[in-house]
Amino acid sequence: MSKWYTSCGNQSDTVISTRIRLARNIAGVPFPSRMTAQQRKEVNLAVKEAIICDENRAKRFKYIEMDTLPDITVMSMVERHIISPEFAKVRDNKALILSDDESVSIMLCEEDHIRIQVMRAGLSLDEAYAEADRIDDILGEKLNYAFNERLGYLTECPTNLGTGLRASLMLHLPALEMSGAVNRLASTVSKIGLTIRGTYGEGTKASASMYQLSNQVTLGISEKAAIENLKSIAAQAMAQEKSARENLDQFALEDNAYRALGTLKFARILSGDEFMKLISRVRLGVATGVVEGIPLEKIEELIIDAGAATLQANAGEPLDATERDRLRAKIIRERL
Amino acid sequence: MLCDKCGQRTATTHIKTSINGIVEVHHLCPDCAKEHSGGSSVMLDSLIGSFFGDSLKSHPVTDNRKRCEGCGMCFDDIAQSGKVGCDKCYETFLEQLIPSLQRMHGRSRHAGKIPNQIVIEESTEDKIAELQNQMQKAIETQDFELAAKLRDQIKELKEDADNE
Repeated sequence: MSKWYTSCGNQSDTVISTRIRLARNIAGVPFPSRMTAQQRKEVNLAVKEAIICDENRAKRFKYIEMDTLPDITVMSMVERHIISPEFAKVRDNKALILSDDESVSIMLCEEDHIRIQVMRAGLSLDEAYAEADRIDDILGEKLNYAFNERLGYLTECPTNLGTGLRASLMLHLPALEMSGAVNRLASTVSKIGLTIRGTYGEGTKASASMYQLSNQVTLGISEKAAIENLKSIAAQAMAQEKSARENLDQFALEDNAYRALGTLKFARILSGDEFMKLISRVRLGVATGVVEGIPLEKIEELIIDAGAATLQANAGEPLDATERDRLRAKIIRERL
Repeated sequence: MLCDKCGQRTATTHIKTSINGIVEVHHLCPDCAKEHSGGSSVMLDSLIGSFFGDSLKSHPVTDNRKRCEGCGMCFDDIAQSGKVGCDKCYETFLEQLIPSLQRMHGRSRHAGKIPNQIVIEESTEDKIAELQNQMQKAIETQDFELAAKLRDQIKELKEDADNE
């Protein structure tokens, strides 16, 4: 089955992907940092029963025990944004429920008992939320959620209290980054309950000018209002990025994109860093129409497949840095 | 048990450190524990924990010793880790948490989705509005007996609300 990121989404010139995350816990069971191994096993099984054993499921889900997976596979999941870096670190008695196309993943015993995550290509907040909401309803029918009339869904970290919703957009903002406007944007959005983070979430740097824009406030605001807020700010960021792109010297932009493409097509050794810098320039060229013949979704696919862990997972063997850089260059060369 | 550091007050905070496999346990009184966490030692998640700083100060020490029935955590533990132990903690420490939640989210009352199986009790106003609705329908269908019954119920509810 083809993965979600191989399809092209709305507004994909600036919006790479949409992610919706809902945090839920089961009433009467301590939160994960205070759970025993036995309690973890019980929660994992209860959620598994609730979702997998429901025969009406249109999508088929896999139940994966995280401590049975090799490190490379787990790191590759982080690169594909299926799981969080935190979830990958200590994996004892943690489990994952994953849909065939990898667009739905449910992390069990991460920071909360249940983390429902839905990914979509491009800008697709309403659709992604509807899907997460549906899964939440299915689980909510069978499980007794920790919920409080005043505080909403109860979570281990009070920053998620209320709706437990984190709605994020992965934006490609090379022109705003060049002009230094991303920093200004970050201080503006923080005033209205949103935040801009690096590519892999909290505490990570932006790689290839990719930024995560997401809501920060979860208490006292409805899911719909939080999503509308995010949409309107994203629309402004997208408009600013577009006008910044138009203000760039178009000839230089074209030269820059083709030089990057040339290197990608012919290089024999490509480090992860160099690849991300180059592919970002090519993506900008494709998005603005100066580079033709490469669909945006192909770029997304290359970014995923060129990840250090994904390379090794696909190769089926561990590789040292030099071998990885050679293999990366070979794969990119063949695919472009 | 007396505090390891001052040897005078009762130890209420127990810190276990494991550095390169060497495990050490320190038993500290609230005052020395505060000093400890303010010093050079690294407290995990202290960034989020600092959100709770004010709530910690504004409550006397005795209050901070209250423990959650669900998981045994006290408010100090939550303030230092930035993480809540279980769903019961939110009931136990609601008052102490509210100011921090207000600061974090700008609000402190849920306004989003409610799980299906939870029925939020209808307010008196909602009940009255519903009964008035039913009464109107009864009048339209000329079921005056039912309408009179509903009228009395509405009157009763209104009187109850006034008395409260």
